[in-house]
Amino acid sequence: MERFLNTAGSIVQFENVGLRYGTGAETLSDLSFSLRSGGFYFLTGPSGAGKTSLLKLLYLAQRPSRGLIRLFGEDIVTMPRKRLPGFRRRIGVVFQDFRLVPHLSAFDNIALPLRVAGVEERDLSTPVSEMLQWVGLADRSSARPATLSGGEQQRVAIARAVIARPELLVADEPTGNVDPEMALRLLHLFDALNKLGTTVVVATHDVHLFARVQRAEMLRLDRGQLSDPTGALRNPPRRIDA
Amino acid sequence: MKFVPDHFGAAGKRLLPEGRLSGPMPWVIAIMMFLTVLAAAFGLGLGSAAASLDANVGHRITVQIVEANPDARERQAQAALAALQRLPGVVSARRVPDAELAELIEPWLGAGAAQADVPIPAMIDADLTPELHARIGEVRRAVAPAAPSARVDDNAQWLAPLAQLVSALEWLSAALVVLMVGATAATVVLAARAALDTHRSTIEVLHLMGATDVQVARLFQRRIALDALFGSLVGLVAAFGVLVLIGNKVRELGSELLGSADLADSAWIILLGLPAAGVLLAMLVARLTILRALARLL
Repeated sequence: MERFLNTAGSIVQFENVGLRYGTGAETLSDLSFSLRSGGFYFLTGPSGAGKTSLLKLLYLAQRPSRGLIRLFGEDIVTMPRKRLPGFRRRIGVVFQDFRLVPHLSAFDNIALPLRVAGVEERDLSTPVSEMLQWVGLADRSSARPATLSGGEQQRVAIARAVIARPELLVADEPTGNVDPEMALRLLHLFDALNKLGTTVVVATHDVHLFARVQRAEMLRLDRGQLSDPTGALRNPPRRIDA
Repeated sequence: MKFVPDHFGAAGKRLLPEGRLSGPMPWVIAIMMFLTVLAAAFGLGLGSAAASLDANVGHRITVQIVEANPDARERQAQAALAALQRLPGVVSARRVPDAELAELIEPWLGAGAAQADVPIPAMIDADLTPELHARIGEVRRAVAPAAPSARVDDNAQWLAPLAQLVSALEWLSAALVVLMVGATAATVVLAARAALDTHRSTIEVLHLMGATDVQVARLFQRRIALDALFGSLVGLVAAFGVLVLIGNKVRELGSELLGSADLADSAWIILLGLPAAGVLLAMLVARLTILRALARLL
């Protein structure tokens, strides 16, 4: 686990972080790790291990019950609330349940982060159209989420998460609803972004994805704690058919 | 840190689905504005009537010469009138003509009473400066030697209960306006909370993308301002219609007192300004409500 504790050049640092909802038991306990800037990380673990809770801490939907979290070099646990939006704009999120805005078209959903960031309307069309093209939805630009399939919705959600070139991309099961070919294509998109400097954290159960990104590192959660007892997952074998 | 505008510009229209006029808020605001304009018009009209009363008779006295002998009554009336006209602070003094007196007593004593043997007092109306009116004893002392049978009546004394009633009604209308403003604000709070609940998932997404509270609040402010503008204008037009109808009826009555409750130009301007005030109030209340609710999110 030492490499996850090396804080030099890190974009995320957790120190003894615990998260408890209400008065229940801790969902996450004693998490101490750091993610280096420009790294590619897979977060894995069984259902209920706390992956989504850990991602929530990363995309600033939740503050920890205890411990220290530094994001982009700043302590976000004690940071005043009014400063958080500026940090959120540096993070792209792919939600497990997509969270597309139902009354907006695919185009407008993808354009949301740019609009939030104050990009002028005249400057939106090109990047959003390119992104629609990239995720294979150029002809579905004006479709509402309800008329899109699960896979198409997921692609819109991913396009929305990456459109603003975030410094940190957090994805919760981003390939859960797409076919293997599209999953690979989306992973290549994450890979391309990562090569441009975006730190990528992907929570997934899909062990086949692990081998697709050679430089990816593994974070394994088990019952709210980081674990990698055998070390085998750190360097997963490549798939035979890869 | 890059400058981020606190609004979504033209795209703001699309971020929250348009549902204008579908909910009850515009119509509730229309009713509130209708009642507010009527209450305000009532108060302003009463203010105008009170000012008119004060200006017309507030500093007026009536001198009655209560003398059975007609010759003595006439002599004293002329002497009293002369004494009043000599007194500094008397703006005007006039003998009430017999015909006018006959008209005044006709409802009580019947036509021709003035020509009968009933002794009718001679009357003099005098308008005083406020300073002299405050020292009405001086007037009595000036009149008494010239007309021993004279009785000086201060009209303000008789009008005091009416003035108090007018003042109480003015306060009542002001209180009604304040209550309407409070009820309108409460309506906007409820509407803003309902809108927040309806669009909670959209707001959460915007929030997690880094939208500021002010950016989100402005989306709701815009919608609520449009609803409030529509409701206010409907309420204003309806209230003006009612006011014009009432004004016509009052003019038909020909009542001097009711007629004096006419609305001045400045009053109409105040009434016309109420919708703008209503929209501003709605926007402010919506903004504060939304910002308070958003502050509960991380």
